[in-house]
Amino acid sequence: MTALATAAPRGSRQLAGTGTLLRFALRRDRVMIPVWIAVNALMVLSMPNTLKGLYGTAAERADLVRQMETNASFRALIGPVFDTSIGALTAWRVGVFAAALAAVTSLLVVVRHTRDEEESGRQELVASGMVGRRASLTAALLAAAVANTVLALLVTAGLAGQGGSGALSFGLGLAGAGMVFATMAAIVAQLTESARLARGLTAAVLGAAFVLRAAGDSATDDGSSVLTWLSPLGWVENQRSFAGERWWVLLLFAAATAVQGVLAYALAGRRDVGMSFLPTRPGPAAGRLGTAAALAWRLQRGGVLGWSIGFFVAGIVYGGLTDGAADLVRDNDSAREIFQRMGGRSGLTDAFLASMVGMLGLIAALYVVASVLRLYGEESSGRAEPLLANAVGRLRWAAGHLAIAFGGSVWIMFLAGLGFAVGYGRQIGPILGACLVQVPAIWVIGGIAVLLYGVLPRGATAAWGVAGAVLLLGWVGPALNVPQPVLDISPFGHLPKLPGAEMAWGPVAVLTVIAVALVTAGLAGLRRRDMTT
Amino acid sequence: MTKAITVSGLHKAFGATHALDGLDLDVERGEVHGFLGPNGAGKSTTIRVLLGLLRADSGAAQVLGRDPWSDAVEVHRRIAYVPGDVTLWRNLSGGEVIDLYGRLRGGLDQRRRAELIERFELDPTKKGRTYSKGNRQKVALVAAFASDVDLLILDEPTSGLDPLMEEVFQRCVTEERDRGRTVLLSSHILSEVEELCDRVSIIRKGRTVESGSLADLRHLTRTSVTAELAGPPNGLAHLPGVHDLDVQGRRVRLQVDTDKLDAVLRQLSESGVRSLTSTPPTLEELFLRHYQDELDEVSR
Repeated sequence: MTALATAAPRGSRQLAGTGTLLRFALRRDRVMIPVWIAVNALMVLSMPNTLKGLYGTAAERADLVRQMETNASFRALIGPVFDTSIGALTAWRVGVFAAALAAVTSLLVVVRHTRDEEESGRQELVASGMVGRRASLTAALLAAAVANTVLALLVTAGLAGQGGSGALSFGLGLAGAGMVFATMAAIVAQLTESARLARGLTAAVLGAAFVLRAAGDSATDDGSSVLTWLSPLGWVENQRSFAGERWWVLLLFAAATAVQGVLAYALAGRRDVGMSFLPTRPGPAAGRLGTAAALAWRLQRGGVLGWSIGFFVAGIVYGGLTDGAADLVRDNDSAREIFQRMGGRSGLTDAFLASMVGMLGLIAALYVVASVLRLYGEESSGRAEPLLANAVGRLRWAAGHLAIAFGGSVWIMFLAGLGFAVGYGRQIGPILGACLVQVPAIWVIGGIAVLLYGVLPRGATAAWGVAGAVLLLGWVGPALNVPQPVLDISPFGHLPKLPGAEMAWGPVAVLTVIAVALVTAGLAGLRRRDMTT
Repeated sequence: MTKAITVSGLHKAFGATHALDGLDLDVERGEVHGFLGPNGAGKSTTIRVLLGLLRADSGAAQVLGRDPWSDAVEVHRRIAYVPGDVTLWRNLSGGEVIDLYGRLRGGLDQRRRAELIERFELDPTKKGRTYSKGNRQKVALVAAFASDVDLLILDEPTSGLDPLMEEVFQRCVTEERDRGRTVLLSSHILSEVEELCDRVSIIRKGRTVESGSLADLRHLTRTSVTAELAGPPNGLAHLPGVHDLDVQGRRVRLQVDTDKLDAVLRQLSESGVRSLTSTPPTLEELFLRHYQDELDEVSR
């Protein structure tokens, strides 16, 4: 009995070392957290200006609100509008996305400092020091709290011009959503043995929250559906920031954070370091894998499946929005102009389709970079070395992964086209063509990743920066009136804006040749260089 | 028949660090060759050159009669490699990795695979991330010993193995030799090398400082002699090759260069020998002698 009593956690020593671990966590995340927060804050704080440009007069804004009330598919995507002020429209336009971004930041931070540490075995070393049993989890949650607090401060200060209390309400809402998912990640991190699964499951919960809110908002135009109230993302819109704030909604964030936090600590106290409540299932005693290419597919198939589902669903969603969007934009000169800059000067429907397809193309650049950099991950983790000590040439090994990266780009764009066919139902051929015409530009980004990896392996992750810059140019460039020569830096800027515009084979051929040249140069570099360890 | 491995005058620099500085290495077919050196001496760098993972700056290397850089794939068909720190794919089971490696080499002997899994007490159904260090090491060892290859390159392969598994490992290496295979065993566990190796090469700071059979090497070093004499010893101090002479009454302890042992024994017997023990140098002493100045530097 006494043994049990002494085993129960008690006393302040449970938290010994939390301060040190928190400083250590913030130091390790000194790049990651600021970048995520900066991107999020930029997205929020640039919105009032964008909206002023698009809907400058009160009449235009009133128009927009009226259309939202009748357009269920757009409400599902973005949420309901509660007022015609610029502040309320900002909260409407970016609220769900900024909250989701804060949630992703928080879940990454928490999993990184809890399950990741345990899985890698580093936690053992840390826990052997003067570190309390609850210190690691506390430090991880505090690190997420610091990130969310900074975000709330930036948003509150940046939007104060639109109304101080609305800005405070909105900032606190974003931070609240972040903390709900920080504590959710803390629970999931106790359940799974791998950090990757913990991240995936928490992200799935976030996805479910988005779907619940979308379903609720398509059913009602004031966020009053039960489904919306079940989703923390729905709480953000139901705070009605800049539209007669409902402060009590903040209590929901606080309560959810507290309850989930208590649950996470309770679970953490009932398990051993490194163990989990959902243990890994055993695998087969014998394997069928026999080639490097089969291994590459085995390692990447999960990712390819995820991207495939995502692109197909995105195609259906955007396809379903197409008719409504064209109506919406038709009455607004500046919105029409932006779509035409992104999507071409033909019919408005075609312009909308072209800009959505173009956006998916930009996102596919992230896929190709992630897939190519698997090579780098295999090499830097030390797994490539014994593999290449077998009768596997480097080029053959790389070819397996590159086939998935470059072939997969074609495949997911094709699936997006099929999704459009399901969601929109017309122009199936031209839209499929528009999706596939993105591929050469995606390949150029993939080619840059291959070149970086082959020639400068230690700088290979810079390929993310390239993809991010291209994404930024293509996404916000047209809205910010960035001059054409700058837009032309991105390979996507040279593609014909299909459907609607004339097909131009010239740029497509040139981009393909550039991509092939980049890959060839990268592989030549890989063949000649030392493998790093 | 060509040698299994020939390396001469190998140089490799990483920036300002000269990892290999004119290294030589010869491994005969069918022998177990010990490759000794402290951390950072260049053992792993040499092995990576032999595997074609690094390209040497200068010097010549041949593995199984071929160039390890330009003929990497052909060479690797006949090689099995075990690194000192095995990393596995988190979601592949140990059994899947063993079979993959076997197929990527010359093939896998299924009977031997089953037997080795038994002997190493390995659970092949566990996923990569759930293995302990020692068990990850066993996965690579089973894959290597069960593969149909001519040359095994083992880079500190027993780190993380317990003494029982170390014993199993040593028996496996002996079996490999009996089957006519060549083993290059990089290690700093000297008892392991002493037990298993026909010949050893000792390297230091990227250079080979000693190479030959253990008997050859011992010949070059000192034997410890302890003797109880009938009368007082004399003349020992002036003999060539005698070191660390310690006389306490009729009890004598000394170190002598092994090729000068004869003269010392003659001198001792002049005083009448009551008892005598003579110990050949252990590999450890041999090894330490080459690194003595480094040790001195550390202790200073």
